[in-house]
Amino acid sequence: MGHTIIITVITLGLLALFAAVILYFIAQKFKVFEDPRIDEVLAVLPAANCGGCGFAGCRNFAEAIVKAEIFEGLNCPVGGAPIMEEAAKIMGKVAPVVDPLVAVLLCNGTPEHRPHTSVYDGVPDCRIAHNLYIGETDCSYGCLGKSDCVRACPFGAMYMNTRTGLPVILDDKCVACGNCVKACPRNLIELRKKAKKDRKIYVACSNCDKGGPARRACKVACIACSKCVKACKFDAITIVNNLAYIDATKCTFCRKCVTECPTNSILEINFPPRKPAVETEVEVVKVNPDV
Amino acid sequence: MKTFPVGGVHPPENKITAGTAIKHLPLPASVAIPVSQHIGEPAVVEVNKGDTVKTGQVIARSKGFVSTNIHSSVSGKVSKIDTILDSTGFRQTAVFIDTEGDEWLETIDRTDSIPAGIKFSSEEIIKKCMESGIVGLGGATFPSHVKLTVPAGKRCDTLIINGAECEPYLTSDHRLMLEKAREILIGTSILMKALKVNKALIGIENNKPDAISQLSGLAKEFQGITVHSLKVKYPQGAEKQLIKALINREVPSGRLPLDVNAVVHNVGTAFAVYEAVQKNKPLFERVVTITGRSVLNPGNYFVRTGTPVRSLIEAAGGLPEDTGKVISGGPMMGKAIPNIDVPVVKGTSGIVLIPRNESERTVIRPCIRCAKCVTACALNLEPYLLMALSEKNEFERAERERITDCMECGSCSYTCPAGRPLLDYIRLGKATVIKMARKRMSN
Repeated sequence: MGHTIIITVITLGLLALFAAVILYFIAQKFKVFEDPRIDEVLAVLPAANCGGCGFAGCRNFAEAIVKAEIFEGLNCPVGGAPIMEEAAKIMGKVAPVVDPLVAVLLCNGTPEHRPHTSVYDGVPDCRIAHNLYIGETDCSYGCLGKSDCVRACPFGAMYMNTRTGLPVILDDKCVACGNCVKACPRNLIELRKKAKKDRKIYVACSNCDKGGPARRACKVACIACSKCVKACKFDAITIVNNLAYIDATKCTFCRKCVTECPTNSILEINFPPRKPAVETEVEVVKVNPDV
Repeated sequence: MKTFPVGGVHPPENKITAGTAIKHLPLPASVAIPVSQHIGEPAVVEVNKGDTVKTGQVIARSKGFVSTNIHSSVSGKVSKIDTILDSTGFRQTAVFIDTEGDEWLETIDRTDSIPAGIKFSSEEIIKKCMESGIVGLGGATFPSHVKLTVPAGKRCDTLIINGAECEPYLTSDHRLMLEKAREILIGTSILMKALKVNKALIGIENNKPDAISQLSGLAKEFQGITVHSLKVKYPQGAEKQLIKALINREVPSGRLPLDVNAVVHNVGTAFAVYEAVQKNKPLFERVVTITGRSVLNPGNYFVRTGTPVRSLIEAAGGLPEDTGKVISGGPMMGKAIPNIDVPVVKGTSGIVLIPRNESERTVIRPCIRCAKCVTACALNLEPYLLMALSEKNEFERAERERITDCMECGSCSYTCPAGRPLLDYIRLGKATVIKMARKRMSN
């Protein structure tokens, strides 16, 4: 009985040793060299795998960092400057300063501003609603309110405001990964330069129709009257396709355009209340409905 | 009994208006005629605000080969050229005309005579179709002159006239076959001459025995035209299914009927072609069924294009209180319209008012892989898979799974016991794949 056990142990032991030797040599032969710095960089990255950097995931991005000659064009929007600096330190390079961005919704079509003209009872998916028809309101550019962006956000930085039917972006949680930008079939989300105290001034409209139809569909639509362009002393505002756009890199937050806008389509967010003396009457421009 | 072999469903027929004769809808006070009532390039507006137009006058000229002319459907003054929400749910340019009397172009033959002799050559017929703005009246609105022009290298030996009318509720083709049988047969002969074929088959579902006997009786006077009865099965009236049922040829994936030497036209188109060629009357009115279970006076009407759906509903006794959706087209392939001021266009075969309790969507439950949708699909597709791929943005894979073959008949959604929005996602996938393919082509 004992005899059998000994023979078994010895046979299996020899077999294991033989296999181990073969495996050792095969492993040596097919050894893949992997830069140890990839793992080091990966350890620094936030491991969100959101794709905000433009790569498939954090490991993919780490490989790109290790391979890159210069850091230009490589940026982790989630970690921002501190993480990029650490990654650069590992590589012995310097990370260029990239302005942090934040997502903003280019539509302010709440039910008060933009009355509903039909009821959509199909699949709650913006892509399908956009493909199907103009939408529940008369604006063929505005938010459809079916939460595609909220579902796309991996950071819980968005939620739907049930009263307005528009998504809300939480500035402190948004890392500008751009997933919502890709998810929106109407291209209503823009990544804008983040300013001090999360201050923002932007045209919250995407309607490219002429003034008349735009105004008929929504009270706060941009009618491309170009009053803001004239008011801006810094050449930050341009009008393309019947739509004003404020360049965040040129804007100095003087807030002149906000008061000029006859339809209140320019929003100022996170500013202290204006002093009564500075406040000017908001002019109402009569719009010719035939235009 | 002839039918297509794969897939299909049997929705309740509900052909309420089958016994109601076609009436002329009173002229509306104003019309809004969209410039794009067909597949292809929108026509270019040729009139200006303030112009006086006559019934049948060209108001928008075709742009390119796959496009067609748009004619005024009333006489009167152009009040404005503006955008309007059309029955597809999107905004497009339209010519608004205030009706003043009903003065037709002098060239249009308004007598009751039915001239049978065809004095035009093939090319002249095609040219006439192009000028008269004839499009496929089955609902797809593809310009007919394009279908009649057989490209070099292709051959056509059979013309098929589609009288299946497999959509529930709709009876416009049925009534037309009963009341305008001779005109349809002359139209068919004209189409045969244009295509240079000597064989035409008219396929009619056998729930219309009166139309079958009427047409087959008259068809004896016409050379080469035979009438065939088809089994009642949706989507019997789809081009590829009809070809398979009638002449047992299978149109391969991604190909056209011409690849199996056949061309399919609707009975409504045959009638429009007759009017255009023999009577010089361009396409500015069509038969529209206004129906629904709670509608007071459902019926079939000759309606001028551009007439608001509202006047059609008023003629039928007003909008029933329990209306949930107003559908332009049949309940299977039609589209709910966003408001009842949208204009009737060349492709509007019917307006169906669906009561609220029938129109609401059911709760979406999980797919249990019962494969009912696969059985129902007449094109051998796997709808559950196509839906999943579109939902997950896997459009390359969806393209390999032949998503663009889908004709959007809706049999899969109709048959799904879990109420899954199969067609909604397939439409999304199809549109995206077509966009991707276009981008590839342009690169």
